[in-house]
Amino acid sequence: MQYTGKVHKVGDHIDTDAIIPARFLVTTDPEELGKNCFEGLEAGWIKRVQPGDVIVAGKNFGCGSSREHAPIAILGAGINVVIAHSFARIFYRNGFNMGLVLLEIGDKVEEIKDGDELQIDAVKGEIKNNTTGATIKTAPIPAFMQEILQKGGLINYVRDRLKG
Amino acid sequence: MEQTLAQKLLQRATQEEIKEPGQIVQCKVSLVLANDITAPLAIESLARMGAEKVFDKDKIALVCDHFTPNKDIESAEQVKKVREFAVKMNITHYFEGGNVGVEHALLPELGLVGPGDIVVGADSHTCTYGGLGAFATGLGSTDIAAAMALGETWFKVPESILVNISGELDEYVGAKDLILYLIGQIGVDGALYKALEFTGNVVEDMEIEGRMTMANMAIEAGGKVGLFPADAKALAYAKAAGRTGDEEIYPDAGAEYVRRVDIDVTGMSPQVACPHLPENVRPVEELKDVVVDQVVLGSCTNGRISDLRDAARIIKGHKVAKNVRFIVLPATPAIYKQALKEGLLEIFAEADAIIGPPTCGPCLGGHMGILAAGEKCLATTNRNFKGRMGSLESEVYLGSPMVAAATAITGRITHPKEVNSDQ
Repeated sequence: MQYTGKVHKVGDHIDTDAIIPARFLVTTDPEELGKNCFEGLEAGWIKRVQPGDVIVAGKNFGCGSSREHAPIAILGAGINVVIAHSFARIFYRNGFNMGLVLLEIGDKVEEIKDGDELQIDAVKGEIKNNTTGATIKTAPIPAFMQEILQKGGLINYVRDRLKG
Repeated sequence: MEQTLAQKLLQRATQEEIKEPGQIVQCKVSLVLANDITAPLAIESLARMGAEKVFDKDKIALVCDHFTPNKDIESAEQVKKVREFAVKMNITHYFEGGNVGVEHALLPELGLVGPGDIVVGADSHTCTYGGLGAFATGLGSTDIAAAMALGETWFKVPESILVNISGELDEYVGAKDLILYLIGQIGVDGALYKALEFTGNVVEDMEIEGRMTMANMAIEAGGKVGLFPADAKALAYAKAAGRTGDEEIYPDAGAEYVRRVDIDVTGMSPQVACPHLPENVRPVEELKDVVVDQVVLGSCTNGRISDLRDAARIIKGHKVAKNVRFIVLPATPAIYKQALKEGLLEIFAEADAIIGPPTCGPCLGGHMGILAAGEKCLATTNRNFKGRMGSLESEVYLGSPMVAAATAITGRITHPKEVNSDQ
């Protein structure tokens, strides 16, 4: 699980209405949702993003509603990794369930600037900043969530249990 | 170990011994909920899981309340998908037509959730049921699909923050003001990953509807749950809703809390959250120059009968200000009928309010009250994020039903005592 991409920084308390406004929740299609990703932050914001880019956010990313459309829209826009100071809890669970890589690094988000290129090893929990040369270590993913990730997500986990 | 209320409620639903916060436990669920926005995704996830049936057709509630009556073709297609699933799975508690209400007002009223329950819902305001002493929290659609298939889910045992509310409430101050004040104090991530547990004489005296208003907004402080003890009041409410066998549940004396917040309400003014976060809270008096275009009374936070009574008492005999739209949405059919019986709807209609059907509607910018660029709204709802109710250039202020009614009369954010003709 290695990723390289350019950073787009966003602020604190980015809510799910900013990530995908409710008026777009009339579909479950990732590509459609991806087109309107961050439309509640700024009209047309997503146009600056290339597939593979990385979002670096402040505190409490994904606060607000439980809509799973939020991580789906981010993935649909071609973003595989979100790094934040902290995540809102429902979004954190949803992200893992959908296969979006979420890394919580606290105050170290300050060391990453808009436009930096990051090289991320999600298994080792390492973020290498190719622009500055610095490396940030992240906290390990909780064991139970690693188990779900190893199964390839919650859907596979449940499918195995139902078969068993 | 002495247990907090959160730990005690989880312990009742798991076979594992709860030893400390941070521990992950598997819990049986009492009810699994989804709505017209989140159920379609859950249904897709269930199919991908290979689940051919749900764990218990009587323990799933599907409430089509967000975009109903369907606002456009796409939302009608989504509801159709939920309806077809409900029929196929023979789901007992499916709500769409004249029986539908805002989910978190509807389910307690029907006795489908109550004291001691573990409830998971694909809606972040599922935490409302903490007002009845239920461990209730929002999850995403795929987590909800897993719970629908397995009848259980996992929880990280949360640390708890004890919120002790004491003193004497002013007649114009209530549950909404208290929860806004708390969020203003601790911030929108003040309870991140944690449980809020409420105690104190004000909480003991508070009716269940007020407790649900407060528990509803626990998520606005980042909280996992907002819990009130299952006391005699909660049990009486549950019994009146047709439930049997519930028992009182309190935290242990000596349980450990990660933080304690003491609030003395004596002398507190009505509180209003300013754009664009629920933590931007100020006393209503400081906002008297804010002119509004729209006022909304309703939602899972404040669309219950006590809310309509509070607002009607203030607006009775007055008219809504020129160029202001006052939208009243009773949260459930039972509340609507009760308000009709008590003459509350007549009071609103005489005041030139717009009375709509039970729906989440404008709260999330769905329909029935969308804001244009530059417009301002005072709403009894729970979120004032940028663009929440329409244009990114619009603004939402959050307040109580009494502040909403007073504001509708004057067209600017107003303390209810300024307009009350009962004096």
